[in-house]
Amino acid sequence: MNTVAEDTVVLEVKGLTTHFHLDEGVLKAVDGVDLRLKKGRTLGIVGESGCGKSVTSQALLRIVPKPGRIQGEIWLRRSKGDKQGEVVDIVKLPDKKKEIREIRGGEIAMIFQEPMKAFSPIHTVGDQIMEAILLHRTEDRKEAYRLAVDTLVEVGMSNPEQRMNEYPHQLSGGMRQRAMIAMAVSCQPAILIADEPTTALDVTVQAQVLDLIDGLKQSTGTSVVFITHDLGVIAEISDEVAVMYLGKVVEYTDVDTLFHGAIHPYTKALLASIPSVSRRERKTRLDAIEGRVPVPMNLPQGCGFYSRCPKAQDGVCNLADIPLVEVRKGHSVRCLLVDA
Amino acid sequence: MLTYISYRLLQMIPLLFVISVIVFVIIQLPPGDFLTTYVEQLRLSGSDVDASTIIQLKAQYGLDLPLYGQYWVWIKNIILHGDLGMSIQWNLPVSEVIGDRLLLTLLISVISLILIWIIAIPIGIYSATHQYSWLDYAFSFVGFIGLAIPGFLIALLLVYFVFNLTGLSVTGLFSPEYEGAPWSWGKLLDLLPHMIVPVIIVGLSGTAALIRITRGMMLDELSKQYVITARAKGVSERRLLFKYPVRLAIHPLVSTIGWTIPALISGEAIISIVLNLPTTGPILLKALMVQDMYLAGSFLLILSVLTVFGTLLSDILLAVVDPRIRFGGTRS
Amino acid sequence: MIRKVIVKKSRTWLRLDRSKTVSSPEHTQDLRQGFEFASQWRLMWWKFRKHKLAMIAVPVLLLLYLSAIFCDFLSPTLPTSRFADYKNAPPQGIHFYDKESGFSLRPFVYGMKMEMNKETFRRQFTTDKSKKYPLHLFVKGDPYSFLGLFPTTTHLIGTGNPDAPFFLMGTDSLGRDLLTRILYGARISLSFGIVGVLLTLALGLLLGGLSGYFGGFVDVVIQRLIDLLICIPTIPLWMALAAALPQDWTSVQLYFGMIIIFSAINWTDLARVVRGKMLSLREEDFTLAARLGGASNLRIIRKHMLPSFSSYIIVIATMAIPSTILGETALSFLGLGMQAPAVSWGVLLQDAQNLQTVAHEPWLLWPAAFIVVSVLMFNFVGDGLRDAADPYK
Repeated sequence: MNTVAEDTVVLEVKGLTTHFHLDEGVLKAVDGVDLRLKKGRTLGIVGESGCGKSVTSQALLRIVPKPGRIQGEIWLRRSKGDKQGEVVDIVKLPDKKKEIREIRGGEIAMIFQEPMKAFSPIHTVGDQIMEAILLHRTEDRKEAYRLAVDTLVEVGMSNPEQRMNEYPHQLSGGMRQRAMIAMAVSCQPAILIADEPTTALDVTVQAQVLDLIDGLKQSTGTSVVFITHDLGVIAEISDEVAVMYLGKVVEYTDVDTLFHGAIHPYTKALLASIPSVSRRERKTRLDAIEGRVPVPMNLPQGCGFYSRCPKAQDGVCNLADIPLVEVRKGHSVRCLLVDA
Repeated sequence: MLTYISYRLLQMIPLLFVISVIVFVIIQLPPGDFLTTYVEQLRLSGSDVDASTIIQLKAQYGLDLPLYGQYWVWIKNIILHGDLGMSIQWNLPVSEVIGDRLLLTLLISVISLILIWIIAIPIGIYSATHQYSWLDYAFSFVGFIGLAIPGFLIALLLVYFVFNLTGLSVTGLFSPEYEGAPWSWGKLLDLLPHMIVPVIIVGLSGTAALIRITRGMMLDELSKQYVITARAKGVSERRLLFKYPVRLAIHPLVSTIGWTIPALISGEAIISIVLNLPTTGPILLKALMVQDMYLAGSFLLILSVLTVFGTLLSDILLAVVDPRIRFGGTRS
Repeated sequence: MIRKVIVKKSRTWLRLDRSKTVSSPEHTQDLRQGFEFASQWRLMWWKFRKHKLAMIAVPVLLLLYLSAIFCDFLSPTLPTSRFADYKNAPPQGIHFYDKESGFSLRPFVYGMKMEMNKETFRRQFTTDKSKKYPLHLFVKGDPYSFLGLFPTTTHLIGTGNPDAPFFLMGTDSLGRDLLTRILYGARISLSFGIVGVLLTLALGLLLGGLSGYFGGFVDVVIQRLIDLLICIPTIPLWMALAAALPQDWTSVQLYFGMIIIFSAINWTDLARVVRGKMLSLREEDFTLAARLGGASNLRIIRKHMLPSFSSYIIVIATMAIPSTILGETALSFLGLGMQAPAVSWGVLLQDAQNLQTVAHEPWLLWPAAFIVVSVLMFNFVGDGLRDAADPYK
């Protein structure tokens, strides 16, 4: 797979877990996730709120809030610095040391859901973008300023020079998200993690932001991990998709197969719950998934979807943890009731 | 910025007016006016007051006028002539009685305030970043005690224990040889070691409160999204801490300075009585006891006016450091 | 109304999945098996129980208040009884063992002898081991009326001998038993906290509520009033107002006069919190929903807003009790509050103002210990309540 540049795997996650040891027990937010991100491709992670997709993205940068503990392997192919080309395990890097900080922002950058909260309210937008540039690209403040303005132009910000001196509360929601994206891409990272970047935006602005991220990906060859609960966004932007439920990947496939050949009952249920304009039987009600996502603490053995699954079989699904099985090349499913 | 300040200054005028009315009412609360008390006191001490002096004093303080007229004369004397009235107890103009004492009260309060900030903020930051560590618990416990036990009790206990252990008396602000002496370098140097105990006691509860507030604010800020953003950019932990959460946590504290100063002055009033300091506390108490109301009222007025200006200063300071207020943005 | 909340399997579920809708009092959900109901108050209790210091403080406070209520029965004598032979006597110890008679199950106290110290010319007391006074329960002593209702002479504990000294905390310069006076003083000092806070609460709720609910002109006036009161340093203002109370007032008049002064100064904090809470609740979706549902203003306040912040009010009220107790103590200590025939902890501490007296008769500081303990305990309880106030957190 190393022969063709396009197929180079830049990030590989194996058996990633993130557990929160609380007074009440162990909360398994991420419980064994395997992912593979190829150069220049977009991996979509989709799931309901509380399925662990955001924690997964934070775990990739090791910025999970306390008392979260990360285990497993996160192999990153370094794209910059002395160790360029080497493959390192982010989980094993020493905490609070230089190498992990070089990776954060420099090689893997993140776009957050709510730009209003993600920016410090008392520092100018320029200051916050330049901070990243000064850390990863140049130590010269003038140069950094120029690079920051360039990036703002790149993300389509009007009056970039003026925006540099403005505070987050002075920008509109869409502008803030553009600034956020500028901050993330300002250091030309090899991997861009977008954690629900469009959720807090208007639909029209959503489309612009999606276009922007897609355009940046095309022009720079950045790989993108795109996290969302919106299947429509997934259809638009992803190459491959991981469907998450209760901290586990339940189905992993390319985007076409997801929409036309999904196998896992949960994925099917998710797809059935999308409202559609072209839906023929307009009279029928939308298929909602029964119940709600349980809290991943003290869970019973077996399939996590057991309590809500329409096909669940007592004595089959609730006995032991279900393995993720590759049913076809590039299509894995975590369900016993599927013929391999 | 200038419009903001001038707006705030304009706002102060009605406030100061109402405060002066309240103080005036308090002065008038005890039965009789100060002149009768004054004449009575002079008579008791054997010296008679001739009628012309009485008439002159009556005219000077407008005591024949109705209440609002008396208020007008009182406030006019203060604003135009800086004349706060007479102290019957000292038989001196009020301004002469309080001058030095007010200065010492302010000195103790301001030094306490500075110490509070220097001590409490780092401890608060440490406690928040090392939540549930044993030092955090230790600081919390000391803070709890400092908050719960009022200064005058601590002063009382301290005086007792120090005397019991060393035989020293920690009361007063000056050694006997400097007590009535005019200000000199020697007197100033003598003052410094005497100030340690009052400053510590006056500042204790404020420190405890500020540690608690800082810790709470920091814990709040540390869990905010922008901290994670900064971390995701690769900013080192130390730099991140001081650039973002510390600054954001300190901002609201700046606006509390205006309230801290009156609290300190309030606390100082009682502590100085216990420690027998030559500040405003004991003299205010004595003035209230013997109903030397111009003296007591002047204290109240001056302390309130100082507080109003303190609040103004801290608001301006906050506007200087916080762009959200400077640019009239919403606070989220 | 009980706020119903669904707890599945364990309450931890709630703590983690706290959403806006759950905090609405009108929130209801379908019930299924395996779900369990818990009222808001029960959840608060669960949370409160975890605060160890608060759980220690509650029984201590109960004990303090009970002894204040039954102080006449608990105390060995009356607060005004003077023992002319035992002025400034130090505290006595209770003994079970004596060299001559050995161990006895019935506790006893030794007698006291007064001597003149030849160097300092001060009167000093020494233990007189030749005299032993056994202690008895329910002894006859000075007559009083129990709770002000039933005349009796029975005291909980004592020697039964009117001439025998029994001063567990020593006596003051007039030969009055300090323990008795502290127990009686608790009545004024501890009740002052509660009564003072109740009046403050009434004022704060009324003015803060008016301010928050009506807004506009009412709000502006009340807010300016609060700004004004904050600007005047509290303690000097207390002192000035307390000094203006007529000197010929009785203790009861003074007590209520001081309560009025405290509430008139202290309602501002509470009013601000109430107003802020009202303002934010007015914007909440569930209030809007109730309004759209046709609920009247009064009903919205009563059924939707009050339950949402009653817990906060309880917390703030609890936190205000210690400072109110301290206020009375401080003023009485300075001689501006309760006056001599009345006994409060502050009045008792007045005797300890002088360094000389404290140095020679340190037991006069005992009231300070009681003040510190009760204030600390109230702070602990307040802390625990604050943690518990938002059980969904």
